[in-house]
Amino acid sequence: MSDDVLVRARGLEVHFPVRGQGLRRKQAGVLRAVDGVDLDILRGETLGLVGESGCGKSTLGNALLRLIPSTGGTIDFAGTDITSLSGRGLRELRRRAGMVFQDPFASLDPRRTVAQTVSEPLEVHGLRSGRSERAQRVGELLELVGLDPAVAGRYPHEFSGGQRQRVGIARALAGEPDFLVCDEAIASLDVSVQAQVLNLLRGLQRQLGLTLLFISHDLSAVRHISDRIAVMYLGRVVEIGPAAAVGTDPQMPYTQALLSAVPLPHPALERQRKRIVLRGDVPSPSAVPSGCRFRTRCPYVFEPCDDVDPALQPAGAPGQLAACHLHGVVGTPATAPDGVTAQP
Amino acid sequence: MTSQPGPAASSAPKPTAPLKPARPRWRETLGLLLRNPTAAVAAALLLGVILVAILDETLAPTGPNEIDVDERLQPPSGEHLFGTDDLGRDIFSRVILGAAVSLRVGLFAVGIALVIGSAIGLLAGYYGRWVDDVLMRFMDMLFAFPAVLLAIAVLAVRGPGSGNTALAIGIVYIPIFARVTRASVLGVREEVYVRASRSVGASDFRILTRHVLPNAAPPIIVQASISLAFAVLAEAALSFLGLGTQPPNPSWGLMLAEGRGYLQIAWWLAFFPGMAIFLTVLCFNLLGDGLRDVLDPRQRTLMGAASGAAPAGSEEGGDR
Amino acid sequence: MTAPVLEVSDLRVRLRTPRGPADVVNGLSYTVGPGETVAVVGESGSGKSVSVLALLGLLPARVATVSGRALLQGEDLLTMKPERLRQVRGPGAGMVFQDPMTSLNPVLTIGRQLIEGIRAHGDVDKAAARRRAADLLGEVGLPDPERALDRYPHELSGGMRQRVVIAIALSNSPALLIADEATTALDVTVQAQIIDLVEKLQAERGTGVIWITHDLGVVAGIADRVLVMYGGRCVEDGTVDDVLERPAHPYTRGLLGALPDLAEPVDGVVPDLATVPGTPPPPTDLPKGCVFWPRCPVRGDARCEHEQPPLAVIGSAAATLPHRAATWCTEGPEGGRAG
Repeated sequence: MSDDVLVRARGLEVHFPVRGQGLRRKQAGVLRAVDGVDLDILRGETLGLVGESGCGKSTLGNALLRLIPSTGGTIDFAGTDITSLSGRGLRELRRRAGMVFQDPFASLDPRRTVAQTVSEPLEVHGLRSGRSERAQRVGELLELVGLDPAVAGRYPHEFSGGQRQRVGIARALAGEPDFLVCDEAIASLDVSVQAQVLNLLRGLQRQLGLTLLFISHDLSAVRHISDRIAVMYLGRVVEIGPAAAVGTDPQMPYTQALLSAVPLPHPALERQRKRIVLRGDVPSPSAVPSGCRFRTRCPYVFEPCDDVDPALQPAGAPGQLAACHLHGVVGTPATAPDGVTAQP
Repeated sequence: MTSQPGPAASSAPKPTAPLKPARPRWRETLGLLLRNPTAAVAAALLLGVILVAILDETLAPTGPNEIDVDERLQPPSGEHLFGTDDLGRDIFSRVILGAAVSLRVGLFAVGIALVIGSAIGLLAGYYGRWVDDVLMRFMDMLFAFPAVLLAIAVLAVRGPGSGNTALAIGIVYIPIFARVTRASVLGVREEVYVRASRSVGASDFRILTRHVLPNAAPPIIVQASISLAFAVLAEAALSFLGLGTQPPNPSWGLMLAEGRGYLQIAWWLAFFPGMAIFLTVLCFNLLGDGLRDVLDPRQRTLMGAASGAAPAGSEEGGDR
Repeated sequence: MTAPVLEVSDLRVRLRTPRGPADVVNGLSYTVGPGETVAVVGESGSGKSVSVLALLGLLPARVATVSGRALLQGEDLLTMKPERLRQVRGPGAGMVFQDPMTSLNPVLTIGRQLIEGIRAHGDVDKAAARRRAADLLGEVGLPDPERALDRYPHELSGGMRQRVVIAIALSNSPALLIADEATTALDVTVQAQIIDLVEKLQAERGTGVIWITHDLGVVAGIADRVLVMYGGRCVEDGTVDDVLERPAHPYTRGLLGALPDLAEPVDGVVPDLATVPGTPPPPTDLPKGCVFWPRCPVRGDARCEHEQPPLAVIGSAAATLPHRAATWCTEGPEGGRAG
C-alpha cells in the first residue's frame, strides 16, 4: 500500500438552507449536514466511516463524489482540485469514482436489464465500442462480482437482494474506478447475505487495488472490512485511526459510547458488559451546540468544552486522532455567537 | 477469472432466483392486461372499432353520402341494418365511416396533447425551480379556461373542420398531460436508480430518456387511454354544436345532432351513433382502468418474481 | 413453575399469494413464561413476523389460513371471536413494530392516541386517563411528559416515537409484549436505551416478551430463550447460552460465523467471514427434505434430502429448558464460529 492520498477533503461543508413555513418560505436557518470535515483517504486503503443516522456520513460520501454540491472547503482527487469541476473533467471523475447504494431494490432501474444497467458507464464514457465488445465486458463484470454472465438479459425483479447488490457493484466497477464509495451497501441485506457481500467487497478491493470508503452504521462490519475507521458526529469527523485502535480502544467519549452500545452475540459477555448510555438525543444539525458539539451528551464534559471547538489531535495509538479536550485543549475558541447556539 | 480464485469464486452462490426466460416488459404487461377480463373485452372491442375505421369503405355497404330519397327514414331491416336517415342515407355505413372520423380526431388530439403536454411536464418535473414555475403557471392558465370555450375559440379562429377540431381538443388537453407527467416525473426523479445513473456520469438527456421517461410513463399511458374517450366525446359535442366535422361528412356527434329532431318518429337516427360513442368511450375508459392496475408498480411487485415472497410485505427489506 | 403467559403449539400459517400457496409457518411450538423473554431470530422470509401477526389475528383472513393453538393465559387466540380478540389485544398482548411512524397516527396528538387506548379497555374518565398517559410517558423516559401529550408524532425523534409506541403497548399492563424488530430502525445508542427500558419495565411488571429480530447481538443481550427460525420452522431452540455459544444446527452456526465480531481481537490479516451460500428459500418454494439442506455445508446424512428432521433434544434431556435442534447432523463439527 503506497501512502499517498487519493482523496483529500479540507474544511468541507455541506449546508442546506432550511425553509421556513408560510408563503414566502424565507430561509429560516441552516442545516449543517457536513460541517468542516478534514479527511485524507489513502490510495489502496479501506476507510470505514461510521456514525448514527443524521450524522452526515452519507452526505459526506456523496459530496466527495460531487453528487451533492459542497458549500465550503475543498476536495482533491488524485492531486487535482475537483471542488468546482464541470463538464469533461466531472465526467472523468464519474468514471474514476463509483458508488454502491444502500437499497438494492431501489438502485436498479426496474425497466432495464442487468446488461443495460451494467453497460451504462461503458456507453457514457465510450469505454467499449460496439455492442458485442460491451456485452463481453458486461459478462466479465458479472463474473467478477460472482454472477453468472447468462443472467445479463434479466430484469432486477428476478433477483434476490444480495444478487441485486452484486449487480450494483458491477455497475460501479464498470468504469474501472480507483475509488469506490459504499453507502450502507449491506444495510438492507440479510445477515447471511451481508457476509457474502462483505467478502466480495474485500476481495475486489484487494484484487483491483481499489480505494474504498465504506459508510455504515454497523461498527462490527466496519471494523471487519476497514484498515482505518473515521467516526462522525453531527457533521464532523470526531475520531479517526487504525481500525484495531478505534475499534477496541477509542479515545473520544462518543466513540466509546457508540462502541459500548453495539450488541455482541455473546450472552455471557453481554451480561457483564457495562454500557455507556448517553443522555438524550442527537441535537438537530440545524442547531449545532457551540464549543464541542458532543458536549450536550458527553459524560465527561468540563470547562473548555462549552467554548472551544476541539480539533482532531493525536490520542491513543499511533495514527489515531480524536477531537476531544480530554487529550489537551486544542481548537477554535467560540467567537461571538452567530446565532446557532443550541440548547433544547 | 479462471487463473485466480477471486472473490467471486469464494463466496458467490450460483444465482438461484431466475427460472423462467426473460421476457420483454411490454409482453409481460400485455399478458397481465389480458388476464383482466374487463380490460381484455374492452381491448378486443376497441380493436374491432379500429379495424372498422381502417377498413371503412370496404365494409360499408353503401357510400356514406349516397342519397336515396325513396328510402327515407326506413327503420332497421335486413337491407339497412341500422335503418336510414331523413335523406335516405344508410346509417350503418355512416356509423362505420364515422368511426374513422371520430377515432382520427381522437388520436390526433391526444397525440398533440401527449407530445406537447408530456414534454412540458417532463421539463417542469425534472428541472424544477423556475422552469417548473413558469411552465406550470402557464398550464394553470390554460387549464383555468373552460374547455369547451377554449375549443370554440380555437375553432372560431381557425374555422371548423375535423383537423381543427383535433387541434382544438388537443390544446385543451395539454395541461392535463403536463400535470400527470410532472407528478409522475417528480416521483421518479428522486429514485435511487436515477442518482445511480448520475453517479456513473450519465447526462441529463440520457437520464431523462432512458430512466425517467420510461418509468414515468405508466400514468401517462393510462391518461392517454382515458383522454381518448373524452376526445371522442368532445369531437361529438363540438360536431353536435356545428363546430366540428361539417356535413355531409359523417361523424358520430354530427349524426347524433342531426338525429335529434327525429327522436319521436325515427329513434334509430340518434340511437346507433349514440351507441357507438357510448361503447367506444366505455371501452377506452375500461382499458385505462385495466392499464392502471397492470402498470401500477405495487401490482407489479406482487405479481413479479421477486425473491422472498414476503407475505404482507412485512419482512421483505425489513432487515437492516 | 408458574403457568406460561403464552403457549403456542403447532402453529401453521399458509398464505395465498399470486404465485401459489406459501407455507410461511410450518408447525411452530413454544411457550413464554411470565417475566421471560423469548427471542425469535430469522432472516427475511423465515416467517418470524408472520407467526406473531397470526397470533393476534392481524393477518387478512382473505389470504391467510391459520391453524394450531395459541393459549394466551389459557384462552385460545386462534379460535377467539374478533370482538374478544380486540379486547385482548390491549390488556392481553401489546405490540411494538419496527417503524414507529406506521403505528402512530400522524394527525392525532400523542396524548389522544394514548388516552384512547387506555379508555378503550377500561372505565376511566378523561382526566384520569390523561394523568395515566402522562405517567406512562414519564415511565418510558420521555422528557416533559405533560407537554409531550400535546405533541404530534412528527415532532419527536425516532427513538422518542418508539418510546411512545412502547408506552401505548404497555398502557393496559399486558401480560405479553411482542416487539417485532422494534429497535432495528434505531441507532445503536438509542437501541441500547430502548432495550434497557424494556428490561426494566419487564422486571417491574413480570411481562412476558417475544422479541423478534435478525440481530444476534440484541438477542444475546435481551433473551432468556432463543428460537431460530428458517423456512417457517423452528430449527433450533434453547437457552440463549446454549444456542449462541453451543449452536447445534448448521444454519445457526452459519449465521454466527457470518457475523463480523467486534469482541474478537484483530491482529494481522483479518480473515474472510464464513458465509452461508445462497439465499433463504421463498415460502412458496420450500425445498423437500430438510429446509436447510440446499444451503447446508454439512449434509451429513442420507435423510437430509428427503425428510425434514424433527426438533430433537441435544445434550441433557433433564434440563428445564432443553436445547433442541432440527437436524440430522448433530455430530457435525463443533463450534459455529468459523474463522
